[in-house]
Amino acid sequence: MSTVVLLLFTGLGLGALYFLVAAGLSLIYGLMGVLNFAHGAFLTLGAFAGWEVARRTGSDDWGIFLLSLLVGAAAGAAFAAFTEFVLIRRLYQRHIEQLLITLGLSLAAVALFDGIWGTDPVFIQGPAWFKDTTEILGARVPNDRFVCIIAAVLVLLAMVFFLKNTRYGMIIRAGVENRSMVTALGIDVRKAFTLVFTIGGAAAGLGGVLASHYFGYVSPMLGGSLLIFAFIVTVIGGLGSLTGAAIAAVAVAVLQQFANFYLGGTGDFVVVLALALVLLFRPSGLLGRTS
Amino acid sequence: MTAAAETRPILRIEGLSAHIAGQQVVEDVSFTVPATGITALLGRNGVGKTSTIKAIIGLIDRTGAVELDGVRIEKEPTFKIIRSGVGYVPEDREVFSKLTVAENLRLAERDDAPRRQLVEDLFPDLLARSAQMAGTLSGGQQQMVSLARALLNTNKILLVDEPTKGLAPKIVAEVAETLAEAAKTVPILLVEQNLHVVRQLAEGSVVLSGGRVVHTGSALGFLDDAELTQRLLGVAAEGPARENSQDNARENTGKTPATTEAAPAGKGAAL
Repeated sequence: MSTVVLLLFTGLGLGALYFLVAAGLSLIYGLMGVLNFAHGAFLTLGAFAGWEVARRTGSDDWGIFLLSLLVGAAAGAAFAAFTEFVLIRRLYQRHIEQLLITLGLSLAAVALFDGIWGTDPVFIQGPAWFKDTTEILGARVPNDRFVCIIAAVLVLLAMVFFLKNTRYGMIIRAGVENRSMVTALGIDVRKAFTLVFTIGGAAAGLGGVLASHYFGYVSPMLGGSLLIFAFIVTVIGGLGSLTGAAIAAVAVAVLQQFANFYLGGTGDFVVVLALALVLLFRPSGLLGRTS
Repeated sequence: MTAAAETRPILRIEGLSAHIAGQQVVEDVSFTVPATGITALLGRNGVGKTSTIKAIIGLIDRTGAVELDGVRIEKEPTFKIIRSGVGYVPEDREVFSKLTVAENLRLAERDDAPRRQLVEDLFPDLLARSAQMAGTLSGGQQQMVSLARALLNTNKILLVDEPTKGLAPKIVAEVAETLAEAAKTVPILLVEQNLHVVRQLAEGSVVLSGGRVVHTGSALGFLDDAELTQRLLGVAAEGPARENSQDNARENTGKTPATTEAAPAGKGAAL
């Protein structure tokens, strides 16, 4: 029983990280049709920015951790806004060029991070409580898992509130459904594009700081390794669906953890199999729009 | 409005061509829409009526000149063209199915003082259904949402694309009544396959064939010419249904001299 509980919470923690990356990916694709391969770079920059906060202040207390979350989110948001405004905006409706430019940017960003922070992983210290465990039904669950889960739930609630209760949220929901009709109502949908990129980048940057604590290190490849699974989550959840991304993130991560433990380390294979089954039997994803 | 402004067309299209995925769908189209009443844009299925409407507001790639109330707008992005005073009611309604009726309407509000009372008066049913997801409405109710979105704002012209398509006769009559009411305050360019509705509402007509303008003139004058209607639309128009239609026809024919060119090889009619 304790193993199941431990796997469950580890899976939920990992699912929280997947969700933080996939939420932005899903909204960006849903609204703009952009398959953003640079999204992992937003996460990595956020992780390094958060680590720099801890390093430069020389402190690992809760205040600095919270500050690192803010700085990480801000760094991810700024990088994402820059990407949309300078690179993507010129390429609306040119999907191949958009894909190539985000792919190129992700490679260039990794090279840039290598140049600045080196290729070796940088190990992270957080508040001492992170290193402790909490006993639940006999399982000793690392505390950092709870932080990831709580942060992801708060981000999900904040995003849902924003989408449901603000005019820009309404524009984004409408744009995900029918972008040209939003424009035909006299709305400058480009502002919504920039906003979605910025929000997605902030979530990824926040996820980067949390991922560095979850895995215990940050490296230039951190974002890329999470991005692959975030794409899978996005497709399974349904492109453009925030709730779908949340459900799929949890499902994928928990499945991955259980398969790794009980099926001889086949977690990645099982996840890809799940993706294939979804594409075969429900191509629009769990909660995506039907084509 | 001055006399000069009243006689100046509200919309002038000159040499408009449009492409979708590299395929030419509108070719060298030129026509004008007067500043009052309803002008019908007619033609067989697939001749480019919807594409012409979309090209006017820049929803598809196009070349040529588009002048709204004396101002060239073809270089502007779609949202600015709409904000300059164009209301658009698309074919197939295109309501946002996952937004409520109230959200669909709020999204369309662009004026500082949107005409909510007018919309409530015209579509009381929408008020009762304001919290309902637009995707769960019937086709007729969705059409009311689509029309209401355009009527919420003060426009210089409404572009209305097949508003009665797929609707029950009773709803068609309601839509026609709404358009007639709207036309008292704003000129309308109407794409419509239902010739009974055209006869009932339209004063002027522009007929497309093969992506080009082949006839312009009075709507009733056109519909009363059975041979011309059969040749350009492939159907025989029904008999007069509008009161004083003969008078109207004479009046409109007087206002808008008919111009017909051979279809489909005809060039765009002169402005």
